[in-house]
Amino acid sequence: MNKDFINDPAFLRGMTTRRIGRRDAFRLAGLSAAGLALAACGVQGKGSPRPTTSAQVQSEVEKYWSGKVKNGHVNFANWPLYMDPKQPELKEFTKRTGITVTYKEVIQDNPSWFAKIQPLLAAGQSINYDLMVITNGIHFTQLVRLGYLVPLDHSKLPNFAANAAERYKNESFDPGNVYSIPWASGMTGIAYNPKYVDTPPTKIADLWNPKYKGKVGMMADAQEIANFGLLLLGIKPETSTPDDWEKAAEKLREQRDSGIVRKYYDQSYIDPLAKGDIWLTMAWSGDVFQKNISDGTDLRFVIPEEGATIWTDNMVIPKTAENPVDAIMLMDFFYEVEIAASLAEYINYVTPVPAAQEVVRKHAAEATGEDKRLLEQVAESPLVFPSEEDYAKLHDYRNFTSTEEQQKFERIFQAITTS
Amino acid sequence: MRGRGLRAALTPYALVFPGALWLGIFFVIPTVVMLSLSLHSGNVTDGYVFTWNWQSYVDGITTYTDQIVRSLVYGFLATVIELIIGFPVAYWIAFKGGRHKSVYLFLILLPFLVSFVLRTISWQFLLSDNGILLGPLKSIGLIPKDMHILATGAAVVCGLVYNFFPFMVLPIYAALERIDPRVLEAAQDLYASKFQTFLRVVFPLSLPGVFAGVLMTFVPATSDYVNATVLGGTGNTMIGNVIQNQFLINQDYPVASALSFTLMAILLIGIFIYARALGTEDVLEVAAR
Amino acid sequence: MTKVRRLLSGRLLQIWTWLVIAWLLLPIAVMILFGFNDTKGRYNTAWQGFTLKWYGKLFEIEDLTRALVNSLLLALLTMVIAGVLGSMLGLALGRYRFRGSGALNVVMFAAISCAEIVMGASLLSLFVTLAVPLGFWTILISHVMFSISYVAVTVRARVMTLDRSLEDAARDLGAGTWDTFRLVTLPLIFPGVLAGSLLAFALSIDDFVITNFNAGGTVTFPLWIWGATRVGIPPQVNVMGTLIFAAGVLIALGNLLLTRRR
Repeated sequence: MNKDFINDPAFLRGMTTRRIGRRDAFRLAGLSAAGLALAACGVQGKGSPRPTTSAQVQSEVEKYWSGKVKNGHVNFANWPLYMDPKQPELKEFTKRTGITVTYKEVIQDNPSWFAKIQPLLAAGQSINYDLMVITNGIHFTQLVRLGYLVPLDHSKLPNFAANAAERYKNESFDPGNVYSIPWASGMTGIAYNPKYVDTPPTKIADLWNPKYKGKVGMMADAQEIANFGLLLLGIKPETSTPDDWEKAAEKLREQRDSGIVRKYYDQSYIDPLAKGDIWLTMAWSGDVFQKNISDGTDLRFVIPEEGATIWTDNMVIPKTAENPVDAIMLMDFFYEVEIAASLAEYINYVTPVPAAQEVVRKHAAEATGEDKRLLEQVAESPLVFPSEEDYAKLHDYRNFTSTEEQQKFERIFQAITTS
Repeated sequence: MRGRGLRAALTPYALVFPGALWLGIFFVIPTVVMLSLSLHSGNVTDGYVFTWNWQSYVDGITTYTDQIVRSLVYGFLATVIELIIGFPVAYWIAFKGGRHKSVYLFLILLPFLVSFVLRTISWQFLLSDNGILLGPLKSIGLIPKDMHILATGAAVVCGLVYNFFPFMVLPIYAALERIDPRVLEAAQDLYASKFQTFLRVVFPLSLPGVFAGVLMTFVPATSDYVNATVLGGTGNTMIGNVIQNQFLINQDYPVASALSFTLMAILLIGIFIYARALGTEDVLEVAAR
Repeated sequence: MTKVRRLLSGRLLQIWTWLVIAWLLLPIAVMILFGFNDTKGRYNTAWQGFTLKWYGKLFEIEDLTRALVNSLLLALLTMVIAGVLGSMLGLALGRYRFRGSGALNVVMFAAISCAEIVMGASLLSLFVTLAVPLGFWTILISHVMFSISYVAVTVRARVMTLDRSLEDAARDLGAGTWDTFRLVTLPLIFPGVLAGSLLAFALSIDDFVITNFNAGGTVTFPLWIWGATRVGIPPQVNVMGTLIFAAGVLIALGNLLLTRRR
């Protein structure tokens, strides 16, 4: 790379002396005027009233799905590590139905995914995906509110009706599963490295313990840290008020300012935990599992006494999908018990199909050696098949009734992580 | 004769037209659009409306003053450190490099064939608390056991220094390389010591290169966010992180644009002050040939 | 005494330079090394043994391969488009005086010294306002945009060192404008054009910040790596990085040998 030009005296001279003639000023002004005209158009949002009664929902469903046919292809966007790279389940689907699937792990986190697709959906354009997986929370609600999700035709989802656990059929963020059915659920709790921590942490309060100064990891997501802050104070996140949020934020600020938190991680805490850069951290249940299996580490996960968060990643169909019928067939396919078990065995997160546990146990009994050990771990793990007691300790995210509320919430908690 | 004159007169405009158009549409106009967007108010659900909303600037600057100042500080530190590290290197290659000058330059540039993100991730690995650099030092007791470099401002500055290094070295090298060795001889004939030669002759002649190098380092370093994300911890967020967050995660376009524009304005003002202070024009007249 | 001092200062500087070079290459060594790591799981952060298998499984991850192809394609297209447009700009600015050259110089300077994040953000503002779908073409537009100025400045520097008498001689001998350009001017400015184009290629293939803002759903190589850092970068990335690095080394060595022979 020849950087001689930098030193070209004429270049530098030209750069440092202002030499815009009248003509040039007009030209620039002309361009600027064009720019201003464009910008004056403004950026359009598109909130529309959502159907509330079941009759309204039914008519929406009929309106959308009438005339839609199978096309033979599905484009599926998902999070990383949510499917075995060899894609055995997808291959089985193609074998049975002839529908090909393009599977891409392009979703890294909800906010940036939402930011990517929102402009396209607002313009009524295809996002190149027919099926995607969105976590419940702020962005899921926004997608619903903006009318970007397809209301599902449950007559096409028999497996879901038969095999999904009851609790997943009436979630607070999507009662009646109008727009979504779960892909997997997960818990946010505390992960720790027993090599560095003598007494295992059992409470959220342990994350505030000064003896772990500089060795605690927290998540960067506003909803996640808000939940932990609220639970620490004994407040239920689902019913928290803006005053509660301020109190929780105060606690989180204390934790940060006293140097206890080393860093706010988006998803990359598991490595530093294994390496000893941090000793305990807020974590997602499946990550600990996967790291242990992958690298043979001995990291542990606990659901704190005060409570933990349960979130659900949901399959949804975007409004501008080109192959909705194929997409909904694929969604239902994942609810076959054998397929659900196969998924659970890889992703190690909570499956919405309880009957899968028996299948995994069966596979474990038939397997040998390393595979047997792993499958047994999965089959008996409360992180994949939690008990009722476990569920009792788990809380949802706060649902927001308006955008203003949501923005207030985000502002309060983002101020903590971007310090 | 007349035809040729007209064609010759039009040639530069014809040549310039496509490139200038591209720059006009995709650089000048977007900057104006961004300025305009910063004066909108609203959110994603309800849409944005142009309302001469200067409040975004006030909000943005007051909320994120820490980050703005911190970015300027980190950028400044990184630039100064690079200057100190890089100037001797440029000097040595220019004057003592001999036949192998291009080899050394090539070696300096070599690491930058590898993706920016990968390089920074590799540093994260190298600087890890008990990793390959700190681990052995800790086990022989040279540094305290709970010392860590990652998740501190120092790590971020180190990353910045590393990632923009060639932008400092190459311009300085180019300026030094142009210096006619006879000028140095002349100085020595006039009984100047090595040090005096450097101070009175070499350094002033290298100033255009230093100016360019500082410029091409300070601007990207101040507005970077990758280093802060990978190598930093709490309290190391830079204004680049904030802008990226506001654009790509919050979709709070008005505040994001306002911050972006503020950053650009601060940097431009800084550049002009710096250029004036250095008296670059005078230096250039001398260096010009 | 002065001789010793002179030797010492020369040596010191040399040692310093070599230390700096070592420091520069340190992370690259790490990257290359971990391309040989025999990891059994998803995470490539602890050394588990030496293996060459990743070189065989290079294209196993479809998304990664696609991202790499996207990056290469973008870089090639940017090189050509920015190379042509920028060279034309450089030629005009270096050779002719015309109205608007001052403004153009200022705009180009602004483009070069503008922070990447500001450029990326302002382009995003434009695309969002016009409701243009983000993807491969918006990335290409942004890459060409920031490369043009670099190419133009490089070519202009070259053009300004040219001796016009050669072209005048060609004209005197009866060559038309196009022929003069093709047979005399172009070969003379070619090193500048080549340098500028290669610069555009390098800038494009490694660009992260501007691409991050304007990619929409399309993934390029640096973007893929960035996404993967959350869950663990697979060894294939290291291998690809190593191969790109090696390619660059070979090209430079080749160039070196060629110029030496001449």
